[in-house]
Amino acid sequence: MTLRDLINKLLGRQQASAATARERLQLVLAHDRTDLSPDLLDQMREEILNVVAKYVEIDVEEGAVSLETEDRMTALVANLPIKRTLSGEIKLKEPSPEVSSNQDPN
Amino acid sequence: MTSDTRVILICSGKGGVGKTTLTANLGISLASKGCPTAVLDADFGLRNLDLLLGLENRIVYTAQEVLEENCRLDQALVKHKQQPNLSLLPAGNPRMLEWLKPEDMQKIVEMLNDQFQYVLIDCPAGVEDGFKNAVSASKEAIIVTNPEVSAVRDADRVIGLLNTHGVKPVQLVLNRVRPKMMQSQEMLSIDDVTDILALPLLGLVLEDEQVIVSTNRGEPLTLVGSNSPAARCYSNIASRLQGEEVPLIDPAKEGSSLKDKFRRLMQTKIF
Ligand SMILES: Nc1ncnc2c1ncn2[C@@H]1O[C@H](COP(=O)(O)OP(=O)(O)O)[C@@H](O)[C@H]1O
Ligand SMILES: [Mg+2]
Repeated sequence: MTLRDLINKLLGRQQASAATARERLQLVLAHDRTDLSPDLLDQMREEILNVVAKYVEIDVEEGAVSLETEDRMTALVANLPIKRTLSGEIKLKEPSPEVSSNQDPN
Repeated sequence: MTSDTRVILICSGKGGVGKTTLTANLGISLASKGCPTAVLDADFGLRNLDLLLGLENRIVYTAQEVLEENCRLDQALVKHKQQPNLSLLPAGNPRMLEWLKPEDMQKIVEMLNDQFQYVLIDCPAGVEDGFKNAVSASKEAIIVTNPEVSAVRDADRVIGLLNTHGVKPVQLVLNRVRPKMMQSQEMLSIDDVTDILALPLLGLVLEDEQVIVSTNRGEPLTLVGSNSPAARCYSNIASRLQGEEVPLIDPAKEGSSLKDKFRRLMQTKIF
């Protein structure tokens, strides 16, 4: 965060447009590079959640599947907070095991 | 020279970002540093390189007649009068697009290889046939983009395609940089663009009215020894292309008024 961002925030003003441009680009490029539309991603999220739910009880509301990119590498990141295994014992209270698979954009 | 000839594609995806202007200025700059250089107008649909170089009235034959074997290569090449190390191979009729194949572009470039140390190919916008033909004849590439979302997005698309075609190295030129807008964070920064595209930066070119003046006259800035901001940028890019280490112009240091200093203060990262 820069001094300008802080002042804008304190005054309740919109952030400078370069930051918005950067965020929008990162999102749109993650989709362009994998050729995945938000719709397809949603469908995939649903299916992944269903598969995982066969083994562990997960917090469906909190579960998120997203694309993240760094250095022309795009990763599919699933963050699925586990409530308990199906056999009943409480496995993890706090969320955060990550399932991720890397993929080269080309 | 033959196989060490550097065949460089100048491309962008989006139109109007400054490919042709860069090709003309870089061509003149390399030629004036003593390198025999050919610029090839591969934008057959919308040719303009002749105009930017002020050579539009000297065209007799084009790449088309060379390919049809209706003339020799040296008859089609237009040598620049003030800078004889530079020659233009003009684009033929737009109807060439109907039959031109990647092999045709390769054939032209192979012919140029014998005489020139640099072959710069001014690529058409888009990612269709015209682009693919030009890529197939190129060894390395310069991506030209502007610090704007649409130009960066299209550049990313082209980078992906260049990777699949095995073109490398691919380097970035960021054109139309406006230091004041960058300082007030109303324009993507240099780092934003290089981080997002993950390409090495060959150089940046400042937004400069003199670019328009020079195109009006058909005299590239680097030809007339201009000291305008864009002229310095183009000449730095030519030097870096030859392997010299030239520091980047720091857009944050352009301008020294109190207002500029205040802008820089506001840009300081606090956490
Ligand atoms: N650094 C610059 N400063 C100001 N104007 C520029 C600059 N670079 C390019 N232009 C202008 O932008 C327009 C498009 O440039 P051009 O080189 O024809 O782009 P392209 O070949 O990518 O379509 C032209 O009018 C040109 O004069
Ligand atoms: Mg052009």
